[in-house]
Order: sequence, then structure tokens, then C-alpha cells
Amino acid sequence: MVGQRSDDTRREIRRTVAKTLVALVGMCVFAFALVPLYDVFCQVTGLNGKTSNQAQALAHEAVDQDRVVTMQFITRGSPGLPWSLEAHTRQVRVHPGQSAEVHFSFENLGDQASVARAVPSVTPSQASLHLRKLACFCFQNQRLAPGERFEAPLVFQLTRDLPADIKTVTLVYTLYRQDAAPSRGKGTSTRGGDA
Amino acid sequence: MASHLPPRPTPQQHQADAGGMAADDHHHGPRGLMRWLLTTNHKEIGTLYLIFSLTMFFIGGIFAMVVRAELFQPGLQLVQPEFFNQMTTMHGLIMVFGAVMPAFVGLANWMVPLQIGAPDMALPRLNNFSFWLLPVAFALLLSTLVMPGGAPNFGWTFYAPLSTTYAPPSTTFFIFSLHLAGISSILGAINIIATILNLRTPSMRMMDMPLFVWTWLITAFLLIAVMPVLAGVITMMLLDINFGTSFFNAAGGGDPVLFQHLFWFFGHPEVYIMILPAFGIVSVIIPTFARKRLFGYASMVYATASIAILSFLVWAHHMFVVGLPLVAELFFMYSTMLIAVPTGVKVFNWITTLFRGSLTFEPPMLFALAFVVLFTIGGFSGLMLAISPADFQYHDTYFVVAHFHYVLVPGAVFAIMAAVYYWLPKWTGHYPHTRLSQWHFWLSVIGVNLTFFPMHFAGLAGMPRRIPDYALQFADFNMITSIGAFMFGASQLLFVAVVVLCVRRGEKAPAKAWDGAEDLEWTVPSPAPLHTFETPPHFEPHRH
Repeated sequence: MVGQRSDDTRREIRRTVAKTLVALVGMCVFAFALVPLYDVFCQVTGLNGKTSNQAQALAHEAVDQDRVVTMQFITRGSPGLPWSLEAHTRQVRVHPGQSAEVHFSFENLGDQASVARAVPSVTPSQASLHLRKLACFCFQNQRLAPGERFEAPLVFQLTRDLPADIKTVTLVYTLYRQDAAPSRGKGTSTRGGDA
Repeated sequence: MASHLPPRPTPQQHQADAGGMAADDHHHGPRGLMRWLLTTNHKEIGTLYLIFSLTMFFIGGIFAMVVRAELFQPGLQLVQPEFFNQMTTMHGLIMVFGAVMPAFVGLANWMVPLQIGAPDMALPRLNNFSFWLLPVAFALLLSTLVMPGGAPNFGWTFYAPLSTTYAPPSTTFFIFSLHLAGISSILGAINIIATILNLRTPSMRMMDMPLFVWTWLITAFLLIAVMPVLAGVITMMLLDINFGTSFFNAAGGGDPVLFQHLFWFFGHPEVYIMILPAFGIVSVIIPTFARKRLFGYASMVYATASIAILSFLVWAHHMFVVGLPLVAELFFMYSTMLIAVPTGVKVFNWITTLFRGSLTFEPPMLFALAFVVLFTIGGFSGLMLAISPADFQYHDTYFVVAHFHYVLVPGAVFAIMAAVYYWLPKWTGHYPHTRLSQWHFWLSVIGVNLTFFPMHFAGLAGMPRRIPDYALQFADFNMITSIGAFMFGASQLLFVAVVVLCVRRGEKAPAKAWDGAEDLEWTVPSPAPLHTFETPPHFEPHRH
């Protein structure tokens, strides 16, 4: 039955199939390209609430005395990591432009040394672009011996261009194990990807 | 009206067809099981797809019955929560990838070549391969039920990290099975595109094609565009689970929200993949039984294309509560509402086709009419869900379950049943048993509404989805829903009875089985011989 097909038709079919295959491969590439694109997009817009993973310089600007923003700190552990992370101050009220310092303490409650990192996330996510960290324990992994306790500061500044409708900014730190933890995904960019 | 009909083939052509069939049967070679395993005939492969889909429909249906039996009363009676979660997950996966999609591919295999006057699909051997991937894929998926740790239990949307960090060990099998099903869909789509674009009978232009063909062409493009994204997502899951990457793992710098974006970038076009061919079927059936031309043929084509394009711009309406910025909430809200416009055009055209038509209510028409009414109800609840501020209340409640079951069961599934009733005379040479079909229709229609309508109320009252137990105030709604579900499930046995009876005996159908049917498939004898249109038929363009 198929044998009756003219050479023209066969050529046309081959051409159509080739085109659809090109589209198919294109979409496969696009699917994986979406991962770095997502990271870049989030980094530019701050939409997934991730903050910079390296220390930033203080933005020199006058303190906006008329505005007060509540800055909240929440900490979370994760399964398989017997650590505690506590914020000494649960919330501070700051003026935009002003820098502030708060302290956190890490403690390894387990009986083995382990390495972990506190990964930050900001809500509302739009605030993440306006949160500058001058010093943070979240820029590197922490290694704690069994029972060891470690105190670390966070120095931050909310810049004056923080959107006016934002009255409260919540910063969440989640502890993640880094030694036994899986290595980094190839697809996620190092810069936008963490911290 | 009759003057517009495509001319019947001459008796000589018929004899030639029949002779060709007999001659070909001799050198067809393998018989019995091997014949079905090796067949490259579009009609036989179509039949295989449809039988496979019906089997999966019943397996997925049994899982749904387990879910409804557990939810018949509050409290845990029959199954453990872990198994309940496996049942909801497997029900969703089997129905979406195993029942609805293969049914449409099966209908396309059978009917697209017949409707465009082609002798077969463009790539018959590939066709065989894409079908036989499916039983393998779903045997793998079903085998996870007996594996240690149980079957996938994270819902058919398999959100990370539920499907990665916290997933049962069988997830890798689930991923492989979905890969196979995806490859099958992609190959099927390539084949359908190649067939429609190259094998139309010479005088048939694109804008002369029956709407079932048009909607399938657009669906096939959607499949090519989004199946690779699904494959990408599950590959990333596979890497996260087995190879230590962190695409979706926050501990390693990944982002679980990225999973939802990727999944729904595939998932939203996917839901249109499951409804566009249904639109095509209904657009073919309604004019037949209204004995009028379809109103607004061109606008139907453009509406279908618009829906397909818009489907790529609305994915985040599934994720209104992940913490999108206001701008994004508004964009996805309005773009979602925009889809109501082309969909409204379609409903308008169907109703206008019915208007002042000479209506008769044969079984396919009953299902098509129920489709128009009930799909529209599902469309309206979709509009309600599109309202972003309201969605914060509806999100992950039974209201969502009611919505998508309305568009998928009395939507996609009823359209498939309408298509089966419509084309059974062409496939078997017999009309389906009228009385039995009517019983099937009415029991189904009552069962479906009894099942899914109370879910709206339970959802608005706050009942969350995917729970094996619920608060006492939802008890009455759930009992009604379960009774409806058992009724709908049982009435599908009638459907099997109708099909089996129709294959064996029944009132003989002529070539043109329905009075108002006009497409090319009605010019070949009933039952359609194994080989048809070996020479391109003469086609007189309808004036749409």
C-alpha cells in the first residue's frame, strides 16, 4: 500500500518529519535552558526571594527617618541534621537606609562533626533586591564539632528604594547539610543558585 | 444539502478496494498475535489504541472507585492513607496518559487517513512502534504497585520535593514509564503531522479539512512543543534522585518552585491536548445530526489555534499561591480569562449550528450535546478559578477537583464516547444497540453530575483535595459523590456491552451510516475494508 507513494510524496514527508524533529530538538534544548534562564530571571527580578551570596558594600544614603520597616528573622532546621540555629533577636524595626546588626547562634546537638549552611529566603520576594548584606554567616558553610556552639553576626541594610507598600520583611534561614548532601546540579548557576 | 455531498465511490472502486483487501490479506503474513504485534495498518493500530485506552480507563476507574469507597464516610475504613495517596496518583496518571491521550491518538489513527482520503498514516512502521511503547510503559507504571515502598504517592502533578527527596523508591520506574509514554506521544504526533500535511487527497485544501483533522493537527503541534519539557522535567527529577544534582533541591541551591513552573509549562498545554480533539469530534458530530453545515468553520479553526497559543501563556494560574508578585498574578489572571473568548466562540458556533437544525438524538448526538452543556459548566468553574484573589480560597480544594473532572469526564471522555458511537458503524458495519446506548448515556450523565457537582460545594466549603479522611460537615456531599461515582463506574460496563455487541451483530450500517454525515469516511463501505483510498478519492470542497 505504501509502495504506491510517489517519490514527491516521500520527499515531502521526509521534509515534514525533518522539520518536526528540529522543532522537537529545539524544545528539548529549551526545556533545559529554562533552568539557567529561571535563575537569571530570578536574580534580575529577585522574584524567588534569594539574596546575594557574597558580602555587599553599604549603600551610602541618608536614613529615611519617616519610614519604619519591621524585619523578622525565622530559622528552620532540616531532617538528618541535628543542629539548632537561633536568632537572638526575633524582629527589629529599622529605617530604610540604616544598617543593623543581629546575632545568630549555631549549635551542633549531635555526636558527630558536620558541615551545614544556612540558606536564606526573603518574603515578600520583591524585597530581596533591596536587602543588602554587609556580613553574613550564610556566605559560607559552617563546620561544627559535636556539641560546638558558634555565634555569628548578620549585618544588613534595607535600601531606601524599598517599595513603599512593604512594611514587613521576613528573612528565613533554613539549615541544610552540606557534607553528606548531594553535590551541586550542573543546571543551576552558582551565582543565582544559592544563598 | 445533498448536492454538497462528496460523490459516492463508483462500484468499481469498491470492488477494487475489496479485491485489494483480499489480495493483501494473503501476503499479510503473520496471523493471530503476531499480526497485531507487527501490524502497520492504521485501522488495526487505531483499534489497538482504543482497546488499550478502554482497558486503562477501567484500571484507572477501579482506582477511582477505591478512592470513592474510602471517602464514602468520614474516618478511615478501607485503606491506609499511604495507599490512598497511591490510588489518587495512579488514577490521575493512568487516566491522563493511559486513557484519554491514547484514545484520541487511536481515533486519529482510524479516522484522520479516512477523513483526508489517505491510504494510511505517513509513517506506518513508526505508528506500530508508538503504540507498542504504551503497554510497556503502563505495565511498568502498574508494576510499581507491588514494589516495596509502593507506587508513586505524590499526586499526578508529582511536585518536587515530594517526588524527589520524599519519594518512594519506585519513582525511577515511574519516570521511565512516563518517558516511554512521552516518546510514544511525540512519535504519534510527528506521524499525524506528516500525514495531514502531505497525504490529503489532492483537491482538499487545509481549510477544507474536517475539524477533527484540524484540531488534531494543532494538538500534534502542542505535543511536539511540550512533551520535551515533560521529558526534561522528569529527567531532572531522575538526576536529582539518583545522581545527586540539585535542580529542585534547595539544600544544593536548586528551587522547588522551578519544578512547578516547568511542570505547568508542560501541564497547561497538556490539558488542551486532552480537549482540542474533543472539540473537533463535537464539531463533526453536531452538524451531522443537526443536518446543517457547521456554523463558523473558519472561526472554529482560528479559535482552536488561539487556544493553543494562549495555552503557553497561562501556566502560572496553577501556582497563584506560591508567592508570585502582584504583576504576575494579574498577568496570568487576565491571560487565563482571555482563553474564555475563543472557547466562547466555539460554544457559540455549536449552539448556532443547532439553531433551527433538523435535530435527531442518536447516541453520538446525545453525548455531543451533553459535552457542550457540561464542558461549559467546567469552563465556567475554570473562569472562577482564574480569578486570582478568589483562587487563594479555592486552591487545592475539591472545587478544583470538580472543575477539572467536569472538563475531562463529561468533556474529553464524553467526546471520546460520542466519537466511538459515531464511528462504530464505520468500524464494525453495525449500528450500536440503540436502547442499550441510551441507557448508557443517561446513567453516565446522571452519574457524572451526581459525582462531580457536589464536589463544587464541598470545595467551596473548604474540603482539601488528596485526603483520605475529612471533617464531618463534608459527609453528605461525599456520600452523594461516592454513590454517583459507583453509578458512573458501573454504567461503563454497559458501554463495553454495547461495543462488544456492535462488533458481533446489530443492524447493518450502509456506507453512509448517518443521514447528515458528509466527510470522506462515509464514502467507503461499512465496515471499512482494511485498505482504503489506495487511489486518492475525488473530493468536492464544501463551501464552509
